Amino acid sequence: MSPTVQCGAVSQVVVVGGTHGNEMSGVCLAKHWLQDPSELHRKSFTAEVLLANPIAVERCVRYIDRDLNRSFSHELLSASGSESDSYEAKRAREIYQKYGPKQSSLNFVIDLHNTTSNMGTTFLLFKGDNFALHLANYLQTKCVDPSFPCHILLIDIPEGGHVHLQSMGKHSVSLELGPQPQGVARADVLTRMRALVNCSLDFLDLFNQGTEFPSFETDVHQVLYRADFPRNEDGEIEAVIHSELQDKDYLPLKPGDPIFQRLNGEDILYNGEKQIYPVFINEAAYYEKKVAFIATEKTHCLVPALKVQN
Amino acid sequence: MTARRVLNPVQRVAIFGGTHGNELSGVFLVNHWLKHGEEIARPGIEVRPFITNPGAVEKCVRYVDTDLNRVFDSENLRNENNLNLSYEVKRAQYINSIFGPKGSEDAYDVILDLHNTTSHMGATLILEDSKDDFTIQMFNYIKTSMAPLACSVLLIEHPRLKYATTRSIAKHPIGVEVGPQPQGVLRADVLDKMRRIIKHALDFINYFNDGKEFLPCILEVFKVLDNVAYPRNANGDCTAIIHNNLQDQDWKELKPGDPMFLTLDGRMIAYEGDCIVYPTFINEAAYYEKNQAFTTTQKMTLCAQAIRCTEPK
Repeated sequence: MSPTVQCGAVSQVVVVGGTHGNEMSGVCLAKHWLQDPSELHRKSFTAEVLLANPIAVERCVRYIDRDLNRSFSHELLSASGSESDSYEAKRAREIYQKYGPKQSSLNFVIDLHNTTSNMGTTFLLFKGDNFALHLANYLQTKCVDPSFPCHILLIDIPEGGHVHLQSMGKHSVSLELGPQPQGVARADVLTRMRALVNCSLDFLDLFNQGTEFPSFETDVHQVLYRADFPRNEDGEIEAVIHSELQDKDYLPLKPGDPIFQRLNGEDILYNGEKQIYPVFINEAAYYEKKVAFIATEKTHCLVPALKVQN
Repeated sequence: MTARRVLNPVQRVAIFGGTHGNELSGVFLVNHWLKHGEEIARPGIEVRPFITNPGAVEKCVRYVDTDLNRVFDSENLRNENNLNLSYEVKRAQYINSIFGPKGSEDAYDVILDLHNTTSHMGATLILEDSKDDFTIQMFNYIKTSMAPLACSVLLIEHPRLKYATTRSIAKHPIGVEVGPQPQGVLRADVLDKMRRIIKHALDFINYFNDGKEFLPCILEVFKVLDNVAYPRNANGDCTAIIHNNLQDQDWKELKPGDPMFLTLDGRMIAYEGDCIVYPTFINEAAYYEKNQAFTTTQKMTLCAQAIRCTEPK
């Protein structure tokens, strides 16, 4: 039996909306909580609210100059600022200064996202962040909604190191909810996200107050590779996600299953050798990143018990 | 004996995609047909696929400066102040010079303008003029051919709410609106519906030109009544969103007292009209900036006279 992991109490909790300005659940909730934060108060802390990319929110676009959620690299954060920097690079530095790691405190970041993919409730977290895994496990148990089943997806850290906003937290999770079109706030998705945030804060509060969370086993999805659309010589998309793959995030895809369809009726089949679990199928924001879906494998992990360090 | 309208054969048809650059079904189909025109070719008819807002398509946004689908009024089309014109007004004048001039004999006979919506509207045909027997007959043909799949008709004739669409330069303007599909996404199911509508529209024109007589018909349409705005606070932020009971319920009846909005502090706001309406464009992403939460319509029936072509080939 693995020993209990002990962590210091969480002293700063930041709930972030509008990291992408057209993902409306987090935008609406963050704006609401900035006006009325009473919902975010717990015995051991009051969560802070951050609208991360206010200009992108105002214009209802993902970002202005570059993806803010790829702008928290050591290189960008440590550079001495200049006027010519992109809006998001400046914004990342401002946010990092205010909410980034401090010696005296242990911070937890909850970043709110939406996807156009049928990903239900996805917890995006870093490999080895047992604290975040406990939070995900708590939500999987205490905050159940059959319309938005829960999945854990490990964030793929680029070779150069961290780039995501949530990496400024000692521990962190992104709540990725879908499907929801960009620029649209759906009541079902918003209500779900709100319940998840509240339940997350409950978990952090229980932890701070000394509740011990027993060890558990869980499935997690790990990124294998990104698959692009078939393209012609001009780089234009030649085929669309196959109707049999559309909306099938987290379901097994076997060799020989159709993945794309062309307008001439031809199907393109998955020709890999092993079964994969595709996610982010047909995410609007990934067309420009040349990603039609992300292939993952499902693995099993054992998470040791967790308790606050007195 | 009922009257019959004898009309000239259809000679020129345009299919517009990318009037809104992030409504991808039309962009994808038109780009495909620009390379593979055989699918839309019909004997004796010029069928021209055309990307109307390439600047917006390139950036995958609805528009660059202003909504192209609202600027085809005579003032914008005539404006000669070349230096200060927005990208879309310049583009509108260019499009009008090729496919118009709007209101003239030289204008294209038919323009099919391809759109997507984030609303749960399914396959929808948009009618601009309740007296346009040719288009009513075409819609009746398309509806019958699409069955059992539902195909709704939205009549946007309204003294205050009608707007100057891109397709309005044609003698018979036809809006094709298929959803739900997020902006910037191509769904196979939506693409298939749109493609079938275009096939049936072109087949209809082909039969018409061949001399087939279309008997008098009736068509159920949803006529625009009004737009409903979001509740907003002093900062202009929405304080409520579409209620779960209304979300995805396009074309279904909304009765006085039914839930309409959910406020962020958890209250339900009911619909307070005085009669049953049929909402559509519920939670359309592009209409937040226009402050339209949804559009109300009423059901009505249009009758079209029999039509046939002047000189069967």
